[in-house]
Amino acid sequence: MAANDETAAVRRTGMAGIEDRIADVLEDRSKRAAVFAALVLTAVLVPSVGSNYTLEILTNSFLYIVLCLGLNIIVGYAGLLDLGFAAFFAVGAYSVGILTSKFGWNFWLAIPPALLLTVVVRVVIGAPTLRLRSDYLAIVTLGAGEMIRIIARNMKDLTGGASGLIGIQRPSILGLELNQISHYYYIFLILAILAVFASDRLENSRLGRAWKYVRDDEDAAEAMGIDRVAVKLSAYIIGALFAGLAGCFYAAKMTAISPETFQFMQSIMILVAVVLGGMGKIAGMVVGALAMVLFPEIFREIGSMRMLVFGVILIVMMIFRPQGLWPDRRH
Amino acid sequence: MDTLDIISQQIANSLILGSFYALVALGYSMVYGIIKLLNFAHGDVYMVGAFIGFTLLSLLSGFLGDGWLGISAAVVLSMIATGFLGVVIQRIAYRPLLSAPRLSILITAMGVSLVLFNAVMAATFGEYKAFETGLDFEGVDFGSIHISHTQIVLVLATALLMTGLTLFINRTIYGKAMRAISIDMDACRLMGIDVNKIIALTFFVGSALAAAAGVMAGVYYGSIHFFMGFIIGLKAFTAAVFGGIGIIPGAMLGGLLLGALESFGTQMPWIGTEWKDVFSFGLLILILVFKPNGLMGRNEIERM
Repeated sequence: MAANDETAAVRRTGMAGIEDRIADVLEDRSKRAAVFAALVLTAVLVPSVGSNYTLEILTNSFLYIVLCLGLNIIVGYAGLLDLGFAAFFAVGAYSVGILTSKFGWNFWLAIPPALLLTVVVRVVIGAPTLRLRSDYLAIVTLGAGEMIRIIARNMKDLTGGASGLIGIQRPSILGLELNQISHYYYIFLILAILAVFASDRLENSRLGRAWKYVRDDEDAAEAMGIDRVAVKLSAYIIGALFAGLAGCFYAAKMTAISPETFQFMQSIMILVAVVLGGMGKIAGMVVGALAMVLFPEIFREIGSMRMLVFGVILIVMMIFRPQGLWPDRRH
Repeated sequence: MDTLDIISQQIANSLILGSFYALVALGYSMVYGIIKLLNFAHGDVYMVGAFIGFTLLSLLSGFLGDGWLGISAAVVLSMIATGFLGVVIQRIAYRPLLSAPRLSILITAMGVSLVLFNAVMAATFGEYKAFETGLDFEGVDFGSIHISHTQIVLVLATALLMTGLTLFINRTIYGKAMRAISIDMDACRLMGIDVNKIIALTFFVGSALAAAAGVMAGVYYGSIHFFMGFIIGLKAFTAAVFGGIGIIPGAMLGGLLLGALESFGTQMPWIGTEWKDVFSFGLLILILVFKPNGLMGRNEIERM
């Protein structure tokens, strides 16, 4: 009996040993930077060998990494459930789309107003709901997300209605028009790297610690002098900015967008990727985003059934591994 | 039609719409009241209920006919089948997570929603199914207002279900146990109440009511599809919150009021039907901001 316990204990530490070793390597900042640099270098070299299909998939993964990191700030760090996150992605994409196609603006000039509008929409939706209970918050954000999609569908003169907005201008850098998939591959790679850096800096900043404090114990945080409304609102705004910026470039990549891209399912997919990866952990977001994009590609044969499988995975994950694939160890 | 007629006609329409909202809202409210779960999959349970009813009606119409006898049988059997589905969902997906963080169980509920939604989509190939009944548009005329027999029967059936539920909650030992659990689950365990059984029963009743609404909606609108649960799920949640979530009469009142607000709101020349959903969600946000405890809710401050 005692021997059994011992082997079990050894097996446990053995298991934990591997996880710990990986974690230890990554805990060390310089080693973590080395791993990160190796990954980035690999990513930079891919376009010289990969097919267009590979590039398309990876570009999509980078887009999802940005979206996941944005939602991670809201759900993972600040603990605010948001089921309408795709709305801000939509605001960014539609702002740029409308400004460049209907008003002939230059793409780069259209980004600041697009981000401004993202923030305005976020505050309008977010501010009144911050005092709500978490599940009420979920439903309000869901409703607000749907509202934005329906508005995009109904304001036909401006948004092209259900059939979508076409003729979005391609951006150019120093006279080079960005019209190849490899261009967008690099653009989204840069965005993803920026998002990882920003998340990393934010996580360990004063604000990042305040977010987690509010998430873990709102009352205690408030007693320590943290303005919980301001802290939550800042998480909302910064998270939405990630999505808004991703939306701007998404519009440029696609040159045509329709409300269906931003429906409720999109918000759910982003949230699922965040939960799957492990909330509150940057590496987890990358894993989750990759899993989210690659899963449907790998399971192409099962077609529409893959969402069903997804649902099952969600349930099983929550029951057996609620902390996600690569969770934050401090939980 | 003059204005008065339009108003009367809208009252009739809103009663039907409100009945559906109220029946679905009851399921949300009961489950929320007892285990504080926003059962995201409830709209899909309603949809599955409609499809079970549809299948049963096609099977039964051979010997019961497609009139009221066949429809009633389909409603009752679908309620029972969907009720058991609710219990199974609760047993597999929610019970292991009762003591987990609220976010986990909410995400599980989303997973259940995805499973039900996609399973029905795959089974029906994403097609609309025509709900074939032998009902006609005959009815009673009051001046220029026409109210069909179907509408009258549906509203009466809703009233019957709600009365039954109220009696069940207030007069039976099971209802008493439900009310007790919503106040203090641990104390109920100490008092010897089989909490898991009562929770399962709550899911059974909530799902059965949603199924009734689903089949009735199929009969009323004439067709069903796999996407029908999503919007009504949101609307019914709005209704439940409107009335005060966790409060049974609140869900009924909220459902009927939301039905009325929608029917009349979209009659306003400056709103129009394509803005109907924006109208309801906007309303939901306003309610949550200004009266988060709902019309009949107690005024308590709760922070999560």
